[in-house]
Amino acid sequence: MRIRQAFVLLLFASTVQGQTLRIGLAEDPDILDPTMARTFVGRIVFAGLCDKLFDLDEKLNVVPQLATSYEWSADNKSLTLKLRNGVTFHDGEKMDARAVKFNLERHRDTPGSNRKGELSVISSVDAVDASTVRINLSAPFAPLLTVLTDRAGMMVSPKAAQATGEKFGAKPVCSGPFRFVERIAQDRIVLERYPNYWNKGEIHFDRIVYQPIPDATVRLANLRSGQLDFIERLQPSDVPQLKNDRRFRIAKIVELGYQGITINIGKSDLAQKNPLGKDARVREAFELSLDRDALVRVAMEGEAQPGNQWVAPNNRYYAKSVPVPKRNLERAKQLLREAGVPNPSFTLMTPTASDAQRMAQVIQAMAKDAGFDVKIQSTEFAASLKLADQGQFEAYLLAWSGRADPDGNLHIFLACKGPLNNSGWCKPEADEAIEKARVTLDPAQRAKLYETVAQNVAKDRPIIYLFHRNWLWAHNAKLTGLRTVPDGMVRVQGLKMN
Amino acid sequence: MLRFLLQRLATIVPTLFFVSVLIFGLQQLLPGDPATALAGEERDPEAIRYLRQKFHLDEPLPVRYWYWASGVLKGDLGDSVRIQKPVTELILEKLPVTIQLATMAMLIALVIGVTAGVISAVKRDTWWDYGANVFALWGLSTPNFWLGILLILVFAVQLGWLPASGYVSPFEDLGANLAAMIMPAFVLGNAIAAVLMRHTRSAMLQVLSSDYVRTARAKGLDERVVVLKHALRNALIPIITLGALEFGTLLSGAVLTEQVFTIPGFGKLIVDAVFNRDYSVVQGVVLFTATVYIMLNLLADLAYFFVNPRMRH
Amino acid sequence: MAAVVFQDAEPKPGGKTWKRLRRRGGAMFGLTVVVFFVLTAVLAPWLAPYDPLATSWSEVRGAPGAAHLFGSDELGRDVLSRIIWGARASILAGVVSVSISLALGVPIGMAAGYLGRWADALISRITDAMLACPFLILAIALAAFLGPSLTNAMIAIGISATPVFIRLTRAQVLAAKSEDYVEAARALGNPHLRIALRHIFPNIVAPLIVQATLAIAAAVIAEASLSFLGLGQQPPVPSWGSMLNTARNYVDQAPWIAIWPGLSIFLLVLSFNLLGDGLRDALDPRHRA
Repeated sequence: MRIRQAFVLLLFASTVQGQTLRIGLAEDPDILDPTMARTFVGRIVFAGLCDKLFDLDEKLNVVPQLATSYEWSADNKSLTLKLRNGVTFHDGEKMDARAVKFNLERHRDTPGSNRKGELSVISSVDAVDASTVRINLSAPFAPLLTVLTDRAGMMVSPKAAQATGEKFGAKPVCSGPFRFVERIAQDRIVLERYPNYWNKGEIHFDRIVYQPIPDATVRLANLRSGQLDFIERLQPSDVPQLKNDRRFRIAKIVELGYQGITINIGKSDLAQKNPLGKDARVREAFELSLDRDALVRVAMEGEAQPGNQWVAPNNRYYAKSVPVPKRNLERAKQLLREAGVPNPSFTLMTPTASDAQRMAQVIQAMAKDAGFDVKIQSTEFAASLKLADQGQFEAYLLAWSGRADPDGNLHIFLACKGPLNNSGWCKPEADEAIEKARVTLDPAQRAKLYETVAQNVAKDRPIIYLFHRNWLWAHNAKLTGLRTVPDGMVRVQGLKMN
Repeated sequence: MLRFLLQRLATIVPTLFFVSVLIFGLQQLLPGDPATALAGEERDPEAIRYLRQKFHLDEPLPVRYWYWASGVLKGDLGDSVRIQKPVTELILEKLPVTIQLATMAMLIALVIGVTAGVISAVKRDTWWDYGANVFALWGLSTPNFWLGILLILVFAVQLGWLPASGYVSPFEDLGANLAAMIMPAFVLGNAIAAVLMRHTRSAMLQVLSSDYVRTARAKGLDERVVVLKHALRNALIPIITLGALEFGTLLSGAVLTEQVFTIPGFGKLIVDAVFNRDYSVVQGVVLFTATVYIMLNLLADLAYFFVNPRMRH
Repeated sequence: MAAVVFQDAEPKPGGKTWKRLRRRGGAMFGLTVVVFFVLTAVLAPWLAPYDPLATSWSEVRGAPGAAHLFGSDELGRDVLSRIIWGARASILAGVVSVSISLALGVPIGMAAGYLGRWADALISRITDAMLACPFLILAIALAAFLGPSLTNAMIAIGISATPVFIRLTRAQVLAAKSEDYVEAARALGNPHLRIALRHIFPNIVAPLIVQATLAIAAAVIAEASLSFLGLGQQPPVPSWGSMLNTARNYVDQAPWIAIWPGLSIFLLVLSFNLLGDGLRDALDPRHRA
């Protein structure tokens, strides 16, 4: 009996051709544990490994995945979720309300958890019945649903988590379409199809191999030589050539994050010693000396959208009354004259990555036309984090990978109590609006509050937002079913190789 | 002989101690710290506090050194903070890869270097000499990351003969493994070839002017026999001992080549760990490779000592 | 780093050496190219057709032509001018690093060889420890510690290369120390320092020159390698290593941005290597025809 089954399976398998999808990543992911994970690229692997309570669609709407529906209580302090039936983890355990409760508490309470900040507002979780969960909050929290579309909403097998404890990341047991096979650090992560996935009709591959290849040129070379089927973060400069190659397709979408310059306005005494940090007119002059369109064109090959807020201009929370300023050299020079510093000089702390270096040089050249002497200070990533936290910088060229909810791009940086408020900006009017927008669930009301914040930011310029990059993916033309969602994730459902 | 061995062994202990202090100090002095570097984008203060406590980052340097060193003596090299895997496991994982790369590079280096050196010595001051010189030197004169990228573009993208990067275990698929390793091994071997060429040339010149060879020539032996059978064999000994030393350097020095070709060996492991402030990984791997290098040194010295009396025929 | 060649004690190199050097074609080629690049570096302000920092948005990645002989780079700057000015950074990287190595390595090596006993044991163990660590890792760690810049890269490379010179000097000192004339000088009551400077030092000059020349070659490559990792010369000031680093993103679309710095590094390093090898031959009595 067994032998016959095996024979049939073998026959079947050989006709289906056991397809493997090979994806090239730009970095090696960190720990494969949704509670402890910290990198963007790790989330790409999770897209194949772990399902979450909710997902995002191309328009950034929250759509069901492990949870089928949600309902807020009248006072917005309690969220009730209905769970999908028949879902199991890779070890066969049932994905039910008890498992969700376990996971949310794990995300919130594990020492060293990187989800603590996102879920600190949860006071308790009740497993009402096998497929209903009630999440109780200490205060209303608008970003909660979008938080549950990311790592904080990923569900792992409670049995496996309890058995392996801290070492869970070495052999994760999750709830996604593929299960973990092996990982060789800096070489590959191999996943194989999970036969009992609830949505298995959408899965057309037997294996996925994620290969971290940090060098963008080499990563593309792998795609072109046929060793990879898909690569993320194609370099903008490679787009024109690859466009003409019919064997490959390029997919792009504007990111959720931004590229900007954080200015030390009050984080440390360096702020007062430098004209940029001291005088809002100097900051205005600096912004007016920049031509965002040219910056995007030269530094990013046009693969970005100019912006001036923490969300892109096509985002529903973008304040249309604060449009992207155009370059105005005359006004910039006039402002500098008024401020009494016709040739201000400051240091721009820049990461060592080549695209940041390119941007910094373009900014330097543009600002020079208005009289600015921008000194580029290349700083290694780890060192720059520490300097930023201590306020030991004047201006800092920083990119943020972005969150689906606007609060995720705003609060940590610009709230008075924001943990990453490296500019040291604290304006009561804006702060009140930021905090209020967190606890208000109505999008229209939130948009109005964010308008107030945008107006304040435009006046004081603690951060000068420059643009929003395009996520650039390149893949074999035979690969179909790719969905471009602004969060930059490679969703495996629907992907097919023809 | 035994006394020599004991003397040398006695020097190894303090040397390893200094290696440990050196690499520990270098890591800990780097600006920024692992807790912040590894705490992710949001840098949640609680997560940072937890990491700092877990890895004793707030304690004074000598105390941290003691934690680490006492662990090492017990055989525990610590864990990678980034992916939470024991360093010993990472080393065992990457050792076969690095050894294979180093061996292949060494073979290529020997072939190119020794041949060039012999030609250069036998035909000294002729165009053959210069040609062999330049041929062997060009590998040393080009940054290997640059050479690597060029080779990838030519052989992988344009011609499609070889894979662009990555690694396949030889047990999985020997052909694919060799195809993936040949370019990085060539890039690495090229650089070492120059060093080997110089020494082969030196040693050959010395031997070729020795009495022994003059006797062989006087006996009327064919020149080629003289060169290959008699001169080269004696010149080979210092070459091989040098080769052993370079092998040790290869084991950890293939930093950039591994980066470009995405070969998961020691070099890539260390460099990434330096930038991620993954202290334990850097300290553990460097200590390991330093120990291997020192042992190879010792073996080379012993071999030389052993063989030396026999050299004077 | 290049391996060490030991020399028998010899009187100061001079005219005979130059004559022998002249006969080796490879070394003369190397010397000529080195002099050429040094002159280029010194005369950069007069030779370069454009300001190496002058950007131009309309000429981004322009192919080589009448306006830009070597083409223009990703920010519209003239590649030829950047190559000419970049010679300064690359040659400095080589020369300054090795000068640091010499300044540190020779005195320490002499101390070790001359003082003997505990000083020697301590210095030798530390030197062994440094040699056991991979050179590039030491350089990377030091450069990261000091901060990304050309100066710091030179210091990092210089310090990392010091052990080779310590070893070399020490070996020569030990060899010379046992010579009769040194014993005689001691017997006559000459102070240590005088013996060291007058008798021992001249003997080590020859192998040091050879090693230094080869080390310069390696240092130029090291600077390029550190730039590859973002730790060398920082923009917008050009250095061949950092130009190569930015250029690797454009190898397909604009190969000229990559070819010229690569070729320049290759020629400069090859020349130093040939020169060093030639010097060794010229100074080594065993290699006399």
